[in-house]
Amino acid sequence: MRGRPLLYTSYEADQSMLNTTTKKVLLGLFLGFLVFLPFTGGAKSSGSRLFDFSIPIVGFLSSNDYLQLLATVCVFAIGALGLNLLTGVAGQVSLGHSFFMGVGAYTAVWLGAPQGPLLGMGLPIWIWLPAAGLVPAIIGVIVGPVAVRVRGLYLAIVTVGLVFIGEYVFRNWRSLTGGSQAGRSFQELDVRLWKEETPLIEISQNGDFLSTNGKGFLMLLGFLVLFTVIAKNLQRSRAGRAFQAIRDRDVAAEIMGVNEFRYKLIAFGISSFLAGVSGALLTAFLGRTIPERWDLILAVQFIAIILIGGAGTVSGTLMGAAFVVMLPRVVQNFTEWMKSAIDEGGFIATIADPIVVTSPTDGGIINTLPGVGPGLSVLQANQVLYGLLIVGFLIFEPLGLYGIWLRIRNYWKGWPFTY
Amino acid sequence: MTAAIPIIAQVAGGEGHFASALSEGLSLGAIYALLAMGFVIIFKATQVLNFAHGALSALGAFLVASFATLVNIPGRFLPETVPHWLGWSLSALFALIAAAAAGMLLERVFIRPMVGEELFAVAIVTLGIDIALRNVTNDFIGTDPRPLGDPWGTKVLDLGWITFAHTEIAQIVVSVVLVSAVALFFRSRTGIAMRATAFDQEAARAQGINVGRIFSISWAIGAVLAAVAGVFISVFPRRSAGVDTATAFFAFKALPAIILGGLDSVIGAIVGGFGIGIAEAFVGEFVTFPALGFGFAGIVPYLVMLLVLIVRPYGLFGTEEIRRV
Repeated sequence: MRGRPLLYTSYEADQSMLNTTTKKVLLGLFLGFLVFLPFTGGAKSSGSRLFDFSIPIVGFLSSNDYLQLLATVCVFAIGALGLNLLTGVAGQVSLGHSFFMGVGAYTAVWLGAPQGPLLGMGLPIWIWLPAAGLVPAIIGVIVGPVAVRVRGLYLAIVTVGLVFIGEYVFRNWRSLTGGSQAGRSFQELDVRLWKEETPLIEISQNGDFLSTNGKGFLMLLGFLVLFTVIAKNLQRSRAGRAFQAIRDRDVAAEIMGVNEFRYKLIAFGISSFLAGVSGALLTAFLGRTIPERWDLILAVQFIAIILIGGAGTVSGTLMGAAFVVMLPRVVQNFTEWMKSAIDEGGFIATIADPIVVTSPTDGGIINTLPGVGPGLSVLQANQVLYGLLIVGFLIFEPLGLYGIWLRIRNYWKGWPFTY
Repeated sequence: MTAAIPIIAQVAGGEGHFASALSEGLSLGAIYALLAMGFVIIFKATQVLNFAHGALSALGAFLVASFATLVNIPGRFLPETVPHWLGWSLSALFALIAAAAAGMLLERVFIRPMVGEELFAVAIVTLGIDIALRNVTNDFIGTDPRPLGDPWGTKVLDLGWITFAHTEIAQIVVSVVLVSAVALFFRSRTGIAMRATAFDQEAARAQGINVGRIFSISWAIGAVLAAVAGVFISVFPRRSAGVDTATAFFAFKALPAIILGGLDSVIGAIVGGFGIGIAEAFVGEFVTFPALGFGFAGIVPYLVMLLVLIVRPYGLFGTEEIRRV
């Protein structure tokens, strides 16, 4: 029976996470590449690396700032897996994801930050990370009963309210959060057994083989793989099927024996857990947070991740996280590239000229000048792009990037036939 | 216990505080009612929860500011003898027409293709519109607030025990007039068609109602209401300097008002709007625990909303959803 990709001889094989050899091989290669990446590129960067050569074409990704970007993708993907479970799989629209991330982040800060003028207990990561998930999960389950009673659009508005209430609390609880705009620092991914001086695994210093960002990236990638497996498994379990039944038609699900109240609470709890872990890791990795970080814009970013990626699909969520987190960098690089093209002149310059503003008197859409001038700043251009992408994907491709991938795959599967 | 003493002192301290909280609450409530009314109109006719309302209100206020001061239309064509208030009203009228056109355009381009899709998908589309439109509008506004050049200025009417800024009187009068006009509109021929569309789009179509036109009209009305609210957000005493980049976020505070009243209830929007506005103003005036920190009044609307939803998940006046398989 070997060599027939879609022939399954057991239920387990049909239901398995990687049900074809192609998937296994490609995923293995991709993960291998990601793990190998931070070890390369030693000659170019300041941090010491194991290898001096860099991988062709995508080798630029091994520089420290791109590793930081990739690590941020991992953290956002963890949070997005939670929102995907709640909104994509269980169908409960939540705009309050950033609130739960903030709660997780500040739980982690409280437990993990060293003692000082601000609240902190200096506990190791194996305590603060689970706690950063559990505290938001408990709050999620407490808020849950309100959320379970209201449905649909009312729920979306209630969760917006949570974000504003959370921001108010974060801004005013100065002994914990450092206060509005000031914030506090918390850089603590080192793994310790207890409060020893020398950690078991040291993330915060450049090592012999890896830079700080490389270590952080590998660690966060590990967490992402762990949570992806959990999320994927959950989706094909009894609970996952119950979530989908509630999403598709809640009354019908209840009649079939799904306890709606219980499963909605579970969905809220797990989603908040992942949000909290993601918020804590984001703070611990980037090293600093301000109360204004956990605002509505962040929540909308997460909605954008799951909608652009493809609501209800784990692989789509990962693609969406990569897309949304990397988009600002792409826009920035693209603008800089066009700017240099204008300086050089030629064919590209004639296209780039109306897009990029190069001098205060020049017209254009994107502004690269320091300070405020005509045209959108790169930050604003990103926001506008998020907005238009959400609208565009919902109108033209409701399945998101996953849907696009599905169409490409099916085209080549049947090629040269169209069916 | 010691923290409670200032409150008691203030309540006992005189009607000055009470009166200023009342006038503030009424004007705030008028703005919330206008915003909530816009949400409700669009929701009733098209079943769309319009998250882009804040962006529309900022856009509307910006249009008024531009027409009245920078572009100065129709002021530049009028003779000098025309009084300022008349010229400004004409500019505002032109700007409102432009805002209505913007609302209709948004509906035609982004919302019409989504007819028949899930409600939440359409709501998220409006969220996307909000982000894009808000950033573009804020870019036009720039870093400095744009003054509206309104004729009310900072004049205040003193009634002895209570003082109203002229803008506050204008807010209350305009919102009462507009809200009653909308309530009356629902009894007109188009209004009845709108209610029929809200009830069942297909059945309304079968009765010969032009559903697409109803959609356009409802978005135009919603955009105008949002723009009027945007104007009142950006004048004395709230933000005397004019429309700025924070104006667009104000509408999010009207969401509790529509939840309080119920998403599809016109009366609910009015009661919710004034209720939330007065609650916020009174809390801001009287509840001054140092422990509560800065900005507690700002989240009162959301706290009220959560409390109401625990008791009544469909708001005070909303239609309870009948759940059928």
